[in-house]
Amino acid sequence: MTGPPAQDTSVRSEIVVEAPIERAFDAFTRQFDRIKPREHNMLGVDIAESVFESHAGGRVYDRGVDGSECQWARVVAFEPPDRVVFTWDINPYWQIESDLDKASEVEVRFIAESPTRTRVELESKLDEPRTP
Amino acid sequence: MDGWTALADPTRRSIFELVAARPRAVGELAAELPVTRPAVSQHLKLLKSARLVLDHAEGTRRVYRVDPAGLQDLRAQLDRFWNTALANFKRLVEQPEEEA
Repeated sequence: MTGPPAQDTSVRSEIVVEAPIERAFDAFTRQFDRIKPREHNMLGVDIAESVFESHAGGRVYDRGVDGSECQWARVVAFEPPDRVVFTWDINPYWQIESDLDKASEVEVRFIAESPTRTRVELESKLDEPRTP
Repeated sequence: MDGWTALADPTRRSIFELVAARPRAVGELAAELPVTRPAVSQHLKLLKSARLVLDHAEGTRRVYRVDPAGLQDLRAQLDRFWNTALANFKRLVEQPEEEA
C-alpha cells in the first residue's frame, strides 16, 4: 500500500450543499464561528468564538474565554459570492507561523450548480518544514 | 501522546523545529536551548513516542531527525480539520433560515 507522495502537501475538499450560492458564501464567512472545529485550538484556554472579518485585509482569529486572542489567518481576497482566499498562518506543527512570508493559503470557491444548490471547493496547502 | 499534544509545549516545539531543520544530537540541542541535556533527552523521548522524531546511533552520539510518518499524520489532521469544517458548514447552511 502506498500513500500519497510526501511532497503533495495540498489538501483538497469539496462539498455540495442545498443552498443558493449567496447564502452559502454568506454562511461560510459570517457564521465561520459555527463551522471551524473547536477542538483545534492554539489558545491556552477554551475558545469563546472564532471571528472572520468579512473583507479583504480582514483578520481571522479565535477569542478565548479569558479574552485572549489568537489570530491565525488574514483575508486576502473577498469576492462574494464566488471566492474567498485567506492565508493560513499555521505551520505544519499546528503553531502560528511567525514568518508570515512562509504562510500558505486556503482558497474557497463557490460554484452554483443550480439556483438552490452550491458546490464548495476548498484547497489548502500545507508547507514542508524548510531548511534554513 | 499525539503530535499536537507533544508540540503544545514550547520547549518541545523548539526542539522539534531544530531537528526539522537538520538532524541533531542531544548535546547540540542542549547547547542551542536554555535547557539541560537530561531535559532535552526527556523531551526527545516524548517526541519519539508521539512519532514526530526518529533516532539512530552515530558512534557514541544519538542523532534525532523528523519522522516522516508523523508529519504525514499532522497533514491528515489538516485534512480532517477541513472535512469537519465543511460538514459543519453543510449542516448550518441547510438549516431553515429562521433557525440559522
